[in-house]
Amino acid sequence: MTGAATPNSSVATLRERFGASIGRSTVVLGATIVVVERSRAHDVFAWLRDDPDQRYDYLVDLTAVEYRDRERPLEVVYQLRSLPRNAVLRVKIELDASGPLEVDSVVDLWQGANWLEREVWDMFGVRFAGHPDLRRILMWETYDEGHPLRKDFPLRGRFSRAEQVRRALGADLAAHYSMDELSIAEAYAALPAAMRAGLAREAGSGKSEAGA
Amino acid sequence: MAEKRVLELALATPGVDEAGNVLRVPLVSADHTAQEPELDSDHMLINIGPQHPATHGVLRLVVELDGEVVMRVIPHIGYLHSGFEKLGEYRHYNQIIPLTDRTDYLSAPANNIGFALAAERLMGIEITPRCTVLRVIACELSRIISHLVWAGTTGIDIGAFTVFLWMFQERERAYNLLEAWTGARMTTSLTRVGGLMADVPDGWTDRLREWARHLPQTLDEVDRMLLRNGIWLGRTQDVGVMTAAEATNWSLTGPMLRASGVPFDVRKDQPYLDYDAYDFEVPVGEHGDVYDRYLVRMEEMRQSVRIILQALDRLPDGPINADDARVILPPKRKAMSDMESMIHHFKQVMEGVPAPAGEVYFPVENPKGELGTYLVSDGTAKPVRWRIRPPAFLNLAALPKMAEGHLLSDLIAINASVDIVMGEIDR
Repeated sequence: MTGAATPNSSVATLRERFGASIGRSTVVLGATIVVVERSRAHDVFAWLRDDPDQRYDYLVDLTAVEYRDRERPLEVVYQLRSLPRNAVLRVKIELDASGPLEVDSVVDLWQGANWLEREVWDMFGVRFAGHPDLRRILMWETYDEGHPLRKDFPLRGRFSRAEQVRRALGADLAAHYSMDELSIAEAYAALPAAMRAGLAREAGSGKSEAGA
Repeated sequence: MAEKRVLELALATPGVDEAGNVLRVPLVSADHTAQEPELDSDHMLINIGPQHPATHGVLRLVVELDGEVVMRVIPHIGYLHSGFEKLGEYRHYNQIIPLTDRTDYLSAPANNIGFALAAERLMGIEITPRCTVLRVIACELSRIISHLVWAGTTGIDIGAFTVFLWMFQERERAYNLLEAWTGARMTTSLTRVGGLMADVPDGWTDRLREWARHLPQTLDEVDRMLLRNGIWLGRTQDVGVMTAAEATNWSLTGPMLRASGVPFDVRKDQPYLDYDAYDFEVPVGEHGDVYDRYLVRMEEMRQSVRIILQALDRLPDGPINADDARVILPPKRKAMSDMESMIHHFKQVMEGVPAPAGEVYFPVENPKGELGTYLVSDGTAKPVRWRIRPPAFLNLAALPKMAEGHLLSDLIAINASVDIVMGEIDR
């Protein structure tokens, strides 16, 4: 089944190599979990992928967890798998929910992280430094109610139904294209000035809010 | 500004006026003062979807074209976003099972099982031998159904209409079986934590055996239509190629990963249920193109038939639910006649079943690829986090890479080969 009852041997090697950057490690229901310090995380992932004894070449999943207990940090969770060794390892980065939510992107290591990191940004408001295209993915680009999977986000959304309908009806049709796409079509310059200003404002507000 | 052109559309069945001229309907009236787009610029931006039959649901692709060649694809998803993961944080474990139906709605039983297995691991519940084998049957049945839909819709996208009809006919037969078992064709809600919602009805196993024996004939007929069909080969071979290294790096999964030559299958490499007790092969492609994906999925259906026939032979008698009063409701007759059982029933339904604090990531091999269920519990009856690792989401993420440099018509074939289902991608 998933992992063995004993901790994954990668953890001991990680500790040898990265010392204090490697936090506590536990075995939960047969799976090894290791916490890594945020500033060294990218180096740790690069080493886990490239070291000939590790070869975690496959990123299974990348997600985040926020606990109901506000004292516990928000976790960014990486499920790694080595296809040649058929081994799995769960790596976590802990972030203080009151501080800046930012970790280094791993898209340069695993392309599969591209959409997964966009989803974590969209749903949790964690920014990934160095991501090539960090836009919302499941919600639309001008969505400004925050990040839905955060625990302080109400199940039915921040706005009343009436307000949501009002915003949907008042939505700018051009906003369904990204700035990138509008520039390919050379259509941006052709938009009315008011629409351009609104688009720039909405795109700006969507990107600047961190952990709203 | 170029001289104003009047766009005209010939009628589908052109009418003729008194003078004998073909009638045309102007799309833009001659006195229309709005600016027209410049069509002679180098690149063109085309929007496909979200309402388009070739996007298999509500996928929207914005495509940058140079003539007919795709320079860039920018997928837009989220049109079917329903917030399942958020909803799950407000529900008991058994209440989440109907949500799993609606993620990958073409293989609902497999999703139900993936979630139930994760919840059972978290709660430390052992399921019964009969339940295990019935779940294997349900998994393989949904794999076949999903691949039938895939082959049918991909056929129709590339112009092979017959395949669509044959495949959907088989799918109807399979859905009749599921309907007899669960009462529903698509939203089966088959599992409960610790067991199943119902045992199979009398005579069901014989009907399944009959169907499973005849399915390979249909598959052979479809192969005769496509395998050496010049149009099919031309449209699929060397289209949308992913090498093994690329497929791994892009986290492709399931048939997409195996078609590129990476022999990873959760059923073999991290066996769950009792898959290690079955004799079956994992087909692996070598070119990683649309054609190899077709071959892999067709062979997977044949292997699923093998597994189903073996499972029917070994299906043991016995209860379908674990003997665990924590999660299994008392029998209805006891609940209505015995006070203790009634209280037990009431508490279990109203308060839910608490799972011990902890977390589990449980992967299962779904038709689309590895479906991971990541459950985090803080000791209450509702999960802190229910994360679905959606296989089609990761496969679709590689679409821009696969389609670049191909023709626009190839984009449709490549998109079809990904086997997307938007319910799961958008969740």
